[in-house]
Amino acid sequence: MKQFADLHLCIPTGNLYQTEKMISKASELGYSLVAIPFPCYVSQELVNNIKKVCKNIGLDFATRVNLSPRNSNELLQDLRKFRRKFEIVAVRCFTKDIARHAAKDRRVDILQFSVTNMRQRFFDEQEAELASQALSSLEIELVPLLQLTRFSRIRLLSILRKEASIAERSKVPIILSSGATNSQLMRGPYDYASLVALFDLPLSSAFRSLSLNPCVMVERNREKLSPDFVAPGIRIAGRKICD
Amino acid sequence: MIKREKRRYLALKVETEQPISEQEVFSAVQESVIRLFGEYGISKANLRFIKYIQENGQFVFRCSHVMLDNVRAAITSIISLNGKNVTIHVINVSGTLKGLNKKQKSMIS
Repeated sequence: MKQFADLHLCIPTGNLYQTEKMISKASELGYSLVAIPFPCYVSQELVNNIKKVCKNIGLDFATRVNLSPRNSNELLQDLRKFRRKFEIVAVRCFTKDIARHAAKDRRVDILQFSVTNMRQRFFDEQEAELASQALSSLEIELVPLLQLTRFSRIRLLSILRKEASIAERSKVPIILSSGATNSQLMRGPYDYASLVALFDLPLSSAFRSLSLNPCVMVERNREKLSPDFVAPGIRIAGRKICD
Repeated sequence: MIKREKRRYLALKVETEQPISEQEVFSAVQESVIRLFGEYGISKANLRFIKYIQENGQFVFRCSHVMLDNVRAAITSIISLNGKNVTIHVINVSGTLKGLNKKQKSMIS
């Protein structure tokens, strides 16, 4: 059976009741892995509380940070500070310079672009080439497709169609996530996969973007963050304690 | 000989704060299909309301199998109905009503 992941549940982390409600809803809808974005300086206690909630419900949980740097220097500083604190690092690219730097940096997992300002979507062939070399993924949030109406939705669909085809051609992994802020905007993985048909992504790719791509990414990052990791393919098998 | 059109039966669960009638749900789905795929799309979808199952509060709709993904996308994109917030989930899809009932029963058990 496929394991589905939603790597962007925008839960107000201070409200534990709402968090619990949305996490149990995700489990009910058939997800087995969820990721919640935290502020950069989050207390470990809060993360542990949410981990406990997920464990009780039977869901795998990954920590995520959304970096919004103003320039490429700030991006590098943020990556240096926070890469080892979170399992997933996403970068919101507000300028082309940030987008290019984020795409070629191997520490960046996810590239995010604005859904309201179409001039700030910089995912073109060059960006895709950089991203495919650095194993960064393109994130497509699906809740804006539900919320936007008329021309803004038409515009978003046409841009997503272009970006999805570029990503498929350049073999950049696409990650489909909800970006849901409340439980009413949450949908099951099969429903999201059907929504992807609106921008001409094949159903098989949609399922890959909802299950395989996010799971592989989280698995890879967990391995890198483990204390036994040395380099890709090399890990410490055992430690000898010397007196 | 003209081939008979294949159909798909969808069981939908509607989550809303206030009760909602079958007609309201059906017209919301129809409107959503028209909004996304136009009049040509809805004519191809051949959408019909079949029944309301009171035990589990699910609505059963029928559509053409070629338009299944499109109808599903249209159903997913509904977020409000007459000013009320609603969420419609597709619970099951089957080629026959009998198959749909079977799936429902196995889910309950």
